[in-house]
Amino acid sequence: MTDLLRVRGLSVSLEERRIVDDVDLDIDAGETVGLVGESGSGKSLLARAVAGLLPPSLTTTGSVTMSGTELVDASERLLRTVRGRRVGLLMQDPFTMLNPLKTVGAHITESLPRGLRRRRGEIEKRLAEVGISDPRVASRYPFQLSGGMRQRVAIAAVLAGDPELLIADEPTTALDATIQAEIMQLLRSVQKARGMAVLLITHDLRVAFAICDKVQVMYAGRVLETGLSEDVARNPRHPYTAGLIGALPVLERRISQLVAIPGSVPRAADVTHKCAFADRCPQRRPDCVETRPPLRIVADLHATACLYDVAPAETAPPGDAVEHAQETPALGKPLLTVAELRKDYGQVRALDAVTLTVQPGERVGLIGESGSGKTTLARCVLGLASPDGGRIMLDGLDITYPHRLSASGKRQMRSLVQCVFQDPSTSLNPSMTVGAALAEAAGRVQRAERRSVDELLDLVGLPKKYALLRPNRLSGGEKQRVAIARALAVNPALLICDEPTASLDVSVQAHILELLRTISANAGTALLFVTHDLAVVRQITDRVVVLLHGKVVETGATAAILDEPTHSYTRRLVASVPPAPVTFREERANA
Amino acid sequence: MVVVKLVARRLIAAVLLLLVLSLLTYALLALSPGGPERALLGDRPATPETIAAIRAQFLLDEPFPVRYWHWLSQALTGDFGTSITVRQPVISMLSERVNVTVTLALLAAVVTLAVGIPAGLAAGIRRGGRLDRSITLVSLVFLSFPPFAIALVLLYGFAIQLRWFPVYGTGDLSHYVLPAIALALGPAAVLTRHTRAAALQVGEQDYITFARARGLSRFGIWESYLLRNSALPVLTIAGLIIAGYLTGAVFVEQAFSLPGLGSLLVQSVTQKDIPVVQALVLLSGVVVIVANLLVDVAYVIVNPQIRQGRA
Repeated sequence: MTDLLRVRGLSVSLEERRIVDDVDLDIDAGETVGLVGESGSGKSLLARAVAGLLPPSLTTTGSVTMSGTELVDASERLLRTVRGRRVGLLMQDPFTMLNPLKTVGAHITESLPRGLRRRRGEIEKRLAEVGISDPRVASRYPFQLSGGMRQRVAIAAVLAGDPELLIADEPTTALDATIQAEIMQLLRSVQKARGMAVLLITHDLRVAFAICDKVQVMYAGRVLETGLSEDVARNPRHPYTAGLIGALPVLERRISQLVAIPGSVPRAADVTHKCAFADRCPQRRPDCVETRPPLRIVADLHATACLYDVAPAETAPPGDAVEHAQETPALGKPLLTVAELRKDYGQVRALDAVTLTVQPGERVGLIGESGSGKTTLARCVLGLASPDGGRIMLDGLDITYPHRLSASGKRQMRSLVQCVFQDPSTSLNPSMTVGAALAEAAGRVQRAERRSVDELLDLVGLPKKYALLRPNRLSGGEKQRVAIARALAVNPALLICDEPTASLDVSVQAHILELLRTISANAGTALLFVTHDLAVVRQITDRVVVLLHGKVVETGATAAILDEPTHSYTRRLVASVPPAPVTFREERANA
Repeated sequence: MVVVKLVARRLIAAVLLLLVLSLLTYALLALSPGGPERALLGDRPATPETIAAIRAQFLLDEPFPVRYWHWLSQALTGDFGTSITVRQPVISMLSERVNVTVTLALLAAVVTLAVGIPAGLAAGIRRGGRLDRSITLVSLVFLSFPPFAIALVLLYGFAIQLRWFPVYGTGDLSHYVLPAIALALGPAAVLTRHTRAAALQVGEQDYITFARARGLSRFGIWESYLLRNSALPVLTIAGLIIAGYLTGAVFVEQAFSLPGLGSLLVQSVTQKDIPVVQALVLLSGVVVIVANLLVDVAYVIVNPQIRQGRA
C-alpha cells in the first residue's frame, strides 16, 4: 500500500488563535479512515484543509500532501487541478449543497472531466452508480427530490471527477435514520467498487467503527487517539474515547445510569500546553496539565495522547435497569388521550386517525422520520396547530381546539403541558438572562406554588450564578438544561420533548437524557418523547408509538418493540442502527 | 402550464389595479376645488353659456358612474380630452413628449445596470476589503442625494465648467447623457446595495463551496452559481427602481429643461390642467404596474422552483 494522503503537523489558526493543533493523518490508497470528534474538535477544518478549501482568513502551517503534491500554501491554479479530480468533498447538508437553479444532469455534467462531458449515456451511468435507475431524474431540479435522493446526486457529482480520495463530512447527519443507513451502505459499496480512499468525518462512533478501517479521535483541535477501528472499539486507550463509548446510548438494552463526560469541550487555544481533556478526565494526575502529552504508540498501529493506561471505570460496568414500567401498564384515567386525530396540510394528510394515550407519569416515545407527522402531533397537543378532526383530551380538558378554550382553560392547559425543543440556541431568547427567562416562565403560576429561579436551576443541576448569564455564554448542553428548567417552571403534568438531544454532542447527550429520566421519576412528570433515535428511546421511554406517513403502525412496550419489531418499517428502522461497540472490558465482565 | 396560470393571475390583478387607479384619477376632477366646472373652465370667462357648454360636454349632469364610464371608454381609445390651457388634444401633447422621457429612462436604465451590478458584485465578493468599503460609502452618498441636486452638480461641473455636454434642450444623444446619469445614480446605488447583499448571501452558501470542491472553473462558478442565484433577490427590486425613474424624471427634466412627460406634469399641475394630469397619472400607473408584471414573469422564468410548480 502507498501513502495517498499525508498530513504532518498541520495547524490552523484564526488571528493567532489555534483551531487545529499539530495534527498528523495518513490515508493509504483504498483505505477508509474515520475522523471522529464532537463539535469544535477541528475535524471539519482539517477536511477543508485537505480539500484546499480553507478560507483565506485562516493561517495554515504544516504540510498536506496528496501523492507528493504539497497543498498548503499552494496556488489556486494548482489547487483547482487537485479539487474534484484527486480529492472530492461531500458535505453535510444535501438541502443546501446543490445549486437550486441547476438540474441534476447539469450538476453531473459540469463536474465531469472535459473529455467525458459529451459522451452519451454518461450521466445515466453516473446516476446508476449511486443507485438512481430512473434516467428522468437527470432533468429534475434539486428541490423536486427528497433529502436522500439529493445526497445520492451529490455523491454522483463528487464521483464525476473520479477522485482518488473522497472526504465525506458528516454525510448523513441531516437525513432520516433509515436513509442514513442506505447512504452509508452506498458510500461503502462505491468505495469498494472503485478502490477509492475515503475520509469519513463523523461525530458518531458507532458509524465510524462499523465502516472504517482506521479511526482517529479528535478533540479540541488535536488527535487524542488513533488506531484500527476494531482495536479502538474493543480497547480504547484514551479516557476520552472510553468516555465517549460509555456515553453512547445503546439500542439493545436499557442502562440503569447513563454516564456522561462532565463539562464541555474547551477551545483549542485555551489548552495548547496541557492535555486538552484533563479538565474533564476522571483519572487526571498533576503531570497531565504540566506538558502536552505526545501521541505514544501503545500497540501496533494504535497510539494515544494519554500518559497513562485507561483505568477501569470506578463503578462496576453499568448493569441493565429493570424495565419494569413496561410490563405493567398503569390502569386508570389516562393523562393524555388523542383519539382519531386528523390533520391536513393542503393535499397532504399529515395525521391520519392517530390514537394514543399517555398515563400520568408514563414515558412514551414517538418514533418516525421527517414527514411521518410526529412533529405535527406534538404541535397539536401543544395547541400550536389546529387539527382537522378527532379529539385531544388532557387531564379531562378538551384541548382539541385551543382557541375555543376560555381564558382560564387556556391557563390550565399551559400549566399541564410544556415543551422542550430541539435546538436550545434558537428556543431561548438571546437578549434575556437565564434568570429573567426562568422568572418569566415561573410567573405564570400562582404565587404560593411558584418556584424560584434558584430552585429551577438546582433542579437541572446548574449553579445559581447562571441566572445572571445570557444564553450566548452557555454551551449547548447548558442551554438545553435551561430550556428544560423553563418548561418545568409551571410544574407540568406532561412534558413534550421534541428531539431534545439531536443537536447536542454525544458526551452531553447522556447528561440531558439522565436529567429527563430523573425529573420524570421524581416529579411524576409524563414524557412524550419525539425522536428518530432508537437508542435514545430505549434509554428513556416505557412505551413507544411508531408513526409512518401520519399513521400509527406499531405501538407497545419499548423493550418488546425494539427487540422484536413486527411491522416491516420498524424492522428496517431497528436494522439501520449500527451496533454499539462492545469493549474489551464489557466482554470480560459478561464472560 | 404553471407559468401560464401564474401570468394569467397576475394579469387579472394588474387590470383590476388599473381600474381602481383610473377611478381615483377620475375622482380628481370631481374633487377639484370649486367644483369640476371651474376646473375645466380654466381661465375662460365664467358665463352661464360657457358653464352650460362645459356641463354638457363633460356630462356633468349625469350621475358619477355614468360620467366615469364615459371618460374611461374614451380614455381606452386614447382620448383623454382636451387640455384646458393649450386647447390641444391631451394625447397629442403626450405623444410629442413621450420620446424624450423614454430615451432618458432607457439611457438611465443602461447606466443603472452597468454601474449597479458590477459594483455590487465587486463589493460582495471582497467583503470588508477596501473596495467594498469605498463602494458602500459612495453608494450611501448617492442614496442620500436627491436627483435634482445631482443634476445641479453635474450641470455645473460637466456642462458649464468643462463644457463637455450641452447645458439644456434636446437634440442628439449628448443632450441626454447628464440627465440620464443624474436620474440613474440613485437607483444605481440601490441596485449596488441589493446586489452586494445578494452576492454576500449566495457566496456563503454550501453549494458554492461544493462547486469549488469539485474543481469547477472560477468563471463557471461566477456565471451559473453566483450571478444567476444573486439575480433572484435583485430582480424583486427592479419594479421599485422603475417607479423611482418616474419620480426622478419629474425633477431631472425640470433641471435640464427637457421637454418630457415629467416637465409636462409639473406644468399641468401648476396650471391645474386636470385632463393632462389625469392622463399622466394613469400613464405612470400603467408603467409601474406593467413593469412589476414583467418582473414577476422574469422571476418565474429564472426560478425553476416556481416554473415547475412546487409540490
